[in-house]
Amino acid sequence: MTRLDSKIPEGPLAQKWSNYKSKQNLVNPANKRKIDIIVVGTGLAGGAAAASLGELGFNVKNFCIQDSPRRAHSIAAQGGINATKNYPNDGDTVYRLFYDTIKGGDYRAREANVYRLAEVSSNIIDQCVAQGVPFAREYSGLLDNRSFGGALVSRTFYARGQTGQQLLLGAYGALSKEIKKGTVKMYTRSEMLDLVIIDGKARGIITRNVVTGELERHFAHAVVIATGGYGNVFFLSTLAMNSNGTAAWTAYKKGAFFANPSMVQIHPTCIPVHGDYQSKLTLMSESLRNDGRIWVPKNKEDAEKIRKGELKPNDIAEENRDYYLERRYPAFGNLVPRDVASRAAKERCDAGYGVGSGLAVYLDFKESIGRLGKDVIEARYGNLFQMYEKIVDDNPYETPMMIYPAIHYNMGGIWVDYELQTTIPNLFAAGEANFSDHGANRLGASALMQGLSDGYFVLPYTLQNCLSEEIRVPRMSNDLPEFVEAENNVRERLEGLLSIKGTKTVDHFHKRLGKIMWEHVGMGRNEEGLKKAIEQIKELRQEFHKDVRIPGDMTGVNTELEKAVRVSDFLELGELMARDALNRNESCGGHFREEYRTEEGEAMRNDDEYKYVAAWEFSGDDKEPVMHKEPLVFENIEVKQRDYK
Amino acid sequence: MDFTLKIWKQANSKAKGKFETFKVKDISADCSFLEMLDILNEDLIDKVQLPINFDHDCREGICGMCSLYINGRPHGPDQGITVCQMHMRNFKNGSKIVIEPWRSKAFPVIKDLMVDRSAFDEIIQAGGYVSVTTGGVPDANSIPIRKELADLSMDAAACIGCGACVATCKNASAMLFVSAKVSQFALLPQGKVEAKRRVQAMVAKMDELGFGNCTNTYACEAECPKNISVSNIARMNREFLGAKLGAQKA
Repeated sequence: MTRLDSKIPEGPLAQKWSNYKSKQNLVNPANKRKIDIIVVGTGLAGGAAAASLGELGFNVKNFCIQDSPRRAHSIAAQGGINATKNYPNDGDTVYRLFYDTIKGGDYRAREANVYRLAEVSSNIIDQCVAQGVPFAREYSGLLDNRSFGGALVSRTFYARGQTGQQLLLGAYGALSKEIKKGTVKMYTRSEMLDLVIIDGKARGIITRNVVTGELERHFAHAVVIATGGYGNVFFLSTLAMNSNGTAAWTAYKKGAFFANPSMVQIHPTCIPVHGDYQSKLTLMSESLRNDGRIWVPKNKEDAEKIRKGELKPNDIAEENRDYYLERRYPAFGNLVPRDVASRAAKERCDAGYGVGSGLAVYLDFKESIGRLGKDVIEARYGNLFQMYEKIVDDNPYETPMMIYPAIHYNMGGIWVDYELQTTIPNLFAAGEANFSDHGANRLGASALMQGLSDGYFVLPYTLQNCLSEEIRVPRMSNDLPEFVEAENNVRERLEGLLSIKGTKTVDHFHKRLGKIMWEHVGMGRNEEGLKKAIEQIKELRQEFHKDVRIPGDMTGVNTELEKAVRVSDFLELGELMARDALNRNESCGGHFREEYRTEEGEAMRNDDEYKYVAAWEFSGDDKEPVMHKEPLVFENIEVKQRDYK
Repeated sequence: MDFTLKIWKQANSKAKGKFETFKVKDISADCSFLEMLDILNEDLIDKVQLPINFDHDCREGICGMCSLYINGRPHGPDQGITVCQMHMRNFKNGSKIVIEPWRSKAFPVIKDLMVDRSAFDEIIQAGGYVSVTTGGVPDANSIPIRKELADLSMDAAACIGCGACVATCKNASAMLFVSAKVSQFALLPQGKVEAKRRVQAMVAKMDELGFGNCTNTYACEAECPKNISVSNIARMNREFLGAKLGAQKA
């Protein structure tokens, strides 16, 4: 059994990162050129890492599945990015952001990593402003802030409702600069399909060029996986259509442990599902909860009439509305963390108070438009309101928006130590692809912070510590048997899928998997359902490998083949998620086990038995994975029941 | 709703393409345009035929990947949105819909409706950034920026790099795309430092890659899914002229 060494540096919490940086090994400039690094993914974590490592003088190869690095899904983040600047003078400190993040994550994240994240958050804002990111400003010319869920201070920086886009374009600019200089070589429309391990270390990847269909071998002294989350295992999610878990899953099957796979964030404010042809769910930024009030009718009869179309939301008098978040959580009100808000919406809808199809609640701006004026609301959220109107064909300035929770983010991911290194030496994971900072629930505006922190300010240090051992290792030929074997395995896998020639499309299986996942491994989970899910996924996986139909062949563009690879991985990953959820006999953050709740219906943690990270080790196809525990030690924070009341 | 679709099919960049006709039935008015194509593709695979290839990713109008020319208009008939945000309620039941890829020498077709827009990346690489490296930058509030300028910069920065401006322009000019980037930085003190060098390098690259000139028809502004204003082109022309007259060389 491998022991998990999280490599947390010595010293008091606030000094750990400086201690690490003072003692770590560096690589001299002449040697950096001789070292190759592969970064898979060009989102905030991958793009920022590739650019920063290129600037340092390393030889970087950067890969993305889209036609340009500018399109990574970080681009879709709307609301903002947290940082402890304390510009509003409202009492923010590094410790407070650290505290909010640990508490928001329901005490299931590693203290040292989270503290470092809070510590570098300020540098991120400085960096992005220097890059020309047009953050929102006040009339004074200084930066504006807004509030987000789970915090009592205003620490969120934003660029209208397009913060992710602007931050990503900042990183893309930095990356473009390095591509021109020649320190980064960019491979677009390329998908990583295998990891190459030589003498126990990650030494390269096998990719498929999705335009030519050719398989390629790429060597590097170290590999970084920054391929985002695997929420598309649910089929319907707020993720981009091409987001997938294949790179991470490949790493898992080559020996990288997968941590807390069941920790999934369900975002409370998304446009509700409207038909079985639907391909994705659209998020309405959490920032809307700053000014929008969430409610359902107080009386079931009203809710029923609304569902039948006999009543409109504006027909419901103020006293007949149940602002259930304000009622249940007076301290945080509409700004409770996402997991709490999502569960509360499900609770109301399950109890028969839902509107729309029955699976929706209202997000109402009437009060804030009255208080601030339509202009102010339009300036803050204009693009989101426009997006809503185009999709739903309803004007949110006049009628309340309808929203419902949807799959949004994975707190779980590849297990990494303090250096962001996985259990495979020389393999690193960054951004949403790793598990490290958000515990069982991520706070809003913290994903952008973590991606950029990992990419700009953590990996450029920690990778060097690893690479200082590699300066005597010459570039290896990609004709080595390990590369040949990995490529052959990929080819066999693709040919195997193509040769099934069954009767059902890839999407057919993906949708069925999504239904199983949403029903049993979604917002509410229980032992019986999870056991059922494991069996159903196994059966579906067998059926997939007997009956999937993929037209075309290996050559050229074949999007069905790309999808088939991803779905075959999801069919395995989904099972691991269910196993992880079944193992954790407690409710924490986004993981809500119906058996474990307080009398008031809140999540009930079990710190005595589950205050650990569950890191799963692959032990062969159709064999049960082995779970390893990384105990979580809280030395700087008192572990208590999360309370937003 | 039922539709007849006339879709451009092309096996690869070298093959000769042609229009083919397809029919879709019982489409919900709330179905998005790309979901309608998904339904068609599922149907084609059921009939053991090859699906239609088209680029798409976020499906919420921000990644800039989708790029369809519908009934002679990039991103279709509605204003200020991308194809992926458009819903079938924008079309008349029973109508015929013509779907083509972006057409421009600088954007060669890869397959069916997919095109290669790497020329846009090359223009950005020529200078579409502020040349700071990671670390060692001043505090974010050390330089106040007038709110009006920051807002104008954001207006320009909202460009998603989809290429609709090029696709709709009779000259296949990339002026709106390039000017949006030039403006975003020229309006901010952080970007002003190398503004002259930037505009010259980006314009030179744009010309080199075979994009056409601007003849002020404003079609680009009309079709831009993010409503990027042609006033950015005027600003770029001023910047370009200023850079030519100034001493600083590219």
